[in-house]
Amino acid sequence: MAVTVPLAIDIENMGFKHPGNTDVSFVNLNLKVEKGSRFGLFGPNGAGKTTLISLMTGLLTANEGHIKLLGHEMGRQNVNSINKLFGFVPQDFSFYQEMSPVENLEFFGAWAGLDKKTIKRRTDELLTILGLEAVRDKQVQKFSGGMKRRVNLAIGVIHDPEIIFLDEPTVGVDVQTGHAIITYLHELNKKGTTLIYTSHQLSEAEDLCQQVALIDAGKIIAQDSLDKLLKVHCQETLEHLFLNLTGKDYRN
Amino acid sequence: MFKLWATIVKDVRVLLRDKVGITLMFVMPIILVVVVTSIQNSTFQLVNKNKLPVLICNSDTGQASLQLIKTINKIGMFKVALVNSDNNESLMADAMHNNDALLGIIIPSNFSAKVEAKSKNIAGKALTSFGLQTDTVKKVGDVDPITIYYNPVLQESLRLSVAGGIRSALQLVESRETLRSLYFSINEKPLPEELENEMLNNKAAINEIPVSKDGTHTTPNASQHNVPAWTIFAMFFVIMSLGGSVVREKVSGSFIRLKTLPTNYWVGILSKQITYLGVTMVQAAVIFSMGIWLFPYIGLPALNIPSDVFALLVVTLACGWCAVSYAICVGVFAETQEQCNGFGAVSIVILASIGGLMVPSFAMTGFAKDIANLSPMHWCLQAYYTLFLEGGKLRDVLNNIIPLIIITIILQLIIFWGLKRKNLI
Repeated sequence: MAVTVPLAIDIENMGFKHPGNTDVSFVNLNLKVEKGSRFGLFGPNGAGKTTLISLMTGLLTANEGHIKLLGHEMGRQNVNSINKLFGFVPQDFSFYQEMSPVENLEFFGAWAGLDKKTIKRRTDELLTILGLEAVRDKQVQKFSGGMKRRVNLAIGVIHDPEIIFLDEPTVGVDVQTGHAIITYLHELNKKGTTLIYTSHQLSEAEDLCQQVALIDAGKIIAQDSLDKLLKVHCQETLEHLFLNLTGKDYRN
Repeated sequence: MFKLWATIVKDVRVLLRDKVGITLMFVMPIILVVVVTSIQNSTFQLVNKNKLPVLICNSDTGQASLQLIKTINKIGMFKVALVNSDNNESLMADAMHNNDALLGIIIPSNFSAKVEAKSKNIAGKALTSFGLQTDTVKKVGDVDPITIYYNPVLQESLRLSVAGGIRSALQLVESRETLRSLYFSINEKPLPEELENEMLNNKAAINEIPVSKDGTHTTPNASQHNVPAWTIFAMFFVIMSLGGSVVREKVSGSFIRLKTLPTNYWVGILSKQITYLGVTMVQAAVIFSMGIWLFPYIGLPALNIPSDVFALLVVTLACGWCAVSYAICVGVFAETQEQCNGFGAVSIVILASIGGLMVPSFAMTGFAKDIANLSPMHWCLQAYYTLFLEGGKLRDVLNNIIPLIIITIILQLIIFWGLKRKNLI
């Protein structure tokens, strides 16, 4: 008897076209991500990674097909109940630079639906884990890029979501900060959190991701466990696999 | 409720750390109120207390010109100084520059003789008409005109009132001469001075009473006119901070992140409205307090708060809500902070101009008057004037508050449409 693995993300025959923009579109796209996995989504610039993440987080709405998050269908069920399930760590520093890490976490924690007590507990936990305790009350605008990345991550996980979408969470940081962020993501995953990760730093991705999907021109061109894909395509690294499947031409 | 409270706390924190925004919202309007009120008050004092400096060049040697100068002096509007400019325009211009005079008057050389001849002529005509004289009255030429030079900085309304004052002085001199001629022709002796004064100076008095809705007769001053007007301007200036804050949220990606959280963005919009409505209330309180307590210390007339304080609160709230809605509306549609600040500042000046803050709307005609109705500042100003100048009550300003609220609701609908169109809610 086959064991059914619960899915964190289930995309079926999804179609999407940007209104007034023909650059990226999806036709009959299918993607399944197992619950509790570390999933990497890779592709060249303009391939459609950010658009796909926007569709999975409800920032954009699919024209056709279904997108389900932990069995809840996007666009059908109450947005607020679905939004509680996931956390989003965008590539931009999407927070208030005039405020301190504590003030940012207080605000975003409230918007994530947490009560005052939980916000305080999670804020203390996260600032300690991410090494921001010493600067907890200082304005973020005076922080280094690496510190800002950690604040960005802390805000995305304040409500302890079951799925976390990470859009290049380590871009522009030093080796130490990159290592600390990846280590923390591993810890979250051990507790059962599903990670949906996208980055251009493929060596880092090799360490983090169990499952990967390569996307190009709005199509998923390969999807499986990283080991299997390397074996099937006779490649040694994810970078070689990436170049082999997407080519070496410049992308805009 | 906790989400709304947390958002208000966030907005207050962001606002308090925006030093430039706070300066633009509080310091600039305060400076503007003080400066404009001082200027208008000094114009008022110039006319009513300090008197307009006027140079008179009397090229005439007769009595009528001396009488004219004496009468001009008696009007009380002018500080008269006599100069010799030889009836020459450029010499008079130089004399005006050198003496800081705003007006220069040249009395022509044959003024007295011509006034006397004209008076005798009129007296003769009168006697003929009464049947007391049979001689034919000869025709005489007109009196040469008196020339008034004025500094172009003198506003037209002030210039017209100056011309009116001088015309009435001239009329008095001519009447005096005519009366003297008439009296002499009948009685063959000069008109007694006592009788002359009684006949010429015994004019009916004019009472000037400001009309108010509450029956009080407080004379409006520069503060009553300017403080409410520039308070409205200050309230709409929240666009510099609020509009910019909306744009910053969009540009930084905070909007996008907030959209992925289980809270409707209207909580964010509501929070901004509450926070900045509070700011507009503080602005009004600060500016009104300055008018009441600070102005007398710096030589300006004190602001009198309307008797219906509740109506003042309602009008200020309606005005503040409209200002906040306008700022959010511009912030939603602007792509960058530069666009928001540039358009915001220029549009507020335009709305203030067409709304009657710079040129009184009662002085506008036709199309300009219709356009004024489109400016929310017009309705705010009318409501404030009804309270501050006319002593009106809440029921008197309802016809101003209703259009203001309609404009605000339209702005709210545009905000909703803009956020929806940009996929932000």
